[in-house]
Amino acid sequence: MGRTDRTGGIGRMAWGVLFSAILLIGPALAAQPPAGQSEFVPVKELPPSEQLPAAPLLIAAYAFFLVLMIVYVWTVWRRLGKVDADLHALEQRMAKR
Amino acid sequence: MRKLFAPLAAATAIVFVYAIWLIANAPYESTMLLIQKIFYFHVASWVAMYCGIGVCCVASLWALFKRSAAADRWGLAAAELVVVFGLNGLVSGPLWARKAWGFWWTWEPRLTITFLLWLIFVSYLLVRRFGGPGAEKLAAAVGIFGTAVSPFVYVSVNIWRTIHPPTSVVPDMVMNWSKGFGAPFMTSMLAFVLLFVVLLMLRVGLGERQAAVDELYLALEE
Repeated sequence: MGRTDRTGGIGRMAWGVLFSAILLIGPALAAQPPAGQSEFVPVKELPPSEQLPAAPLLIAAYAFFLVLMIVYVWTVWRRLGKVDADLHALEQRMAKR
Repeated sequence: MRKLFAPLAAATAIVFVYAIWLIANAPYESTMLLIQKIFYFHVASWVAMYCGIGVCCVASLWALFKRSAAADRWGLAAAELVVVFGLNGLVSGPLWARKAWGFWWTWEPRLTITFLLWLIFVSYLLVRRFGGPGAEKLAAAVGIFGTAVSPFVYVSVNIWRTIHPPTSVVPDMVMNWSKGFGAPFMTSMLAFVLLFVVLLMLRVGLGERQAAVDELYLALEE
């Protein structure tokens, strides 16, 4: 037993490593970063597929401001209504005393 | 103050409509094109926030040294508006940056200090909300501390290497008035300052009524 088994075990391991390496070569090559560009490319000259449209971002910025103001004014209005109700109730209690 | 509120609110609405019309008809900036139009509301929002910081600082100092409840109400109202206008700046900035710089956010000096400044005023409101008795004094100190931090936002682009342009935006806009950039910019600034004043009046009015309610509660308990 001894030596033959050990040789066989190492051989199987070597084949396993080789087989794994062959399997990994494909994904490893596929995962390589694309070759870097050698010079500056202005955003305007990028292909349309790589350009980010400006209109949705612009609309989002202005829409957010509008929503923010509406929400803030609504919260102040709500608090004013609650305080006015408290004030009215307290004034009535004071009048009854 | 109440008599002034309605005409001022109407004037603010008119100036806002005019500002939006000017922005829509403003020329495209040569390098950033359409996305540059965020600038008109973005910078104006920071200007309104700085108005809030100024009012909060003066009111906090007055409240601390003169023990004035009215000044305290002005300080609280201004701090709330600092958070509101600051939030608008913090949201509109990344929307602009995504297109102009290619990313939403980066931890460069101006953005980081601005975010920390905004958090200081959020903490002011949290102290007022959950601080319990004596929170007014602590919050006033936080407001003064926030004011001390605020100049660093402005000068950060001159001190450190940042992605932001140096502090030449306003002079550039005035210089380029004839090219069509100055009028929408200045009108937006006016609209935001007017809006700040209107909201401040509204919020101070709320504080005054809350103070009246507190006084009535105390009178009833006696």
